[in-house]
Amino acid sequence: MKIKNQIKLSFMSLPENLPLARVTIAAFASQLDFTLEDLDEIKVAVSEAVSNCIIHGYENDPNRTVSVVGTIQEDILEIIVEDDGKGIADIAKAIQPAYSTCPERMGLGFTFMHSFMDKVDVESAVNKGTRVTMSKRPQDHAASAAEEN
Amino acid sequence: MKYDFVSNRITLIARVSGELDMLSADNFRQEIDLAMEKNCSNNLILNLEGVNFIDSSGLGVILGRYKKVSLRGGRMAIVGAPVQVKRILELSGVLGISKAYDNETEALQAM
Repeated sequence: MKIKNQIKLSFMSLPENLPLARVTIAAFASQLDFTLEDLDEIKVAVSEAVSNCIIHGYENDPNRTVSVVGTIQEDILEIIVEDDGKGIADIAKAIQPAYSTCPERMGLGFTFMHSFMDKVDVESAVNKGTRVTMSKRPQDHAASAAEEN
Repeated sequence: MKYDFVSNRITLIARVSGELDMLSADNFRQEIDLAMEKNCSNNLILNLEGVNFIDSSGLGVILGRYKKVSLRGGRMAIVGAPVQVKRILELSGVLGISKAYDNETEALQAM
């Protein structure tokens, strides 16, 4: 598939960079035919993925690097959020709703990513890092493509 | 984040605006807890009219306040959540435990 556009963000693992990451990706996503509701959902998905890097991947160490890559391929938005932190030992367990390693948290991060994006893929290696790849296609395009088939 | 607190007898009305995420979560939690303590509040009405973003970190704080309030025998209600915020509240099940009202007057009557 041909890449139409791509942006790469690399930032320190500071919570202050979280709004910047989700707003930037939402602005980038708006190049496709997403509704405002879609863009809000994309913001939540990015927020969850980046929060996971900071809280879990780096255990709140602010001096590490979070990388976010947004790609538009045909009419599909792909977002890759990556850290080189401690990794996830058991992915199946981590993505379960309401599972959290921290009692003050809801454990809904992956649930929201799955609810708001069409596809979510998690790759992780202990002490190497975690990469979350998410994609979403504007609804109207998906509907008109289905009609064509 | 901006907060505006109004105390009505044993109920604290917290009008919150801004983005509820991991950046604002700690402050959000502290402000509400402090205001409830200062006003000896039993019940909490969260007015989310000015909230334009919420993710699971923000939800965690809301759920945490719900637990704290209920543990002391109080009630919690949510008022004025914008559409996108309400969707997240619904999806997480928060609206199953804490009722949502259209305005503060209705919520106060229900307390």
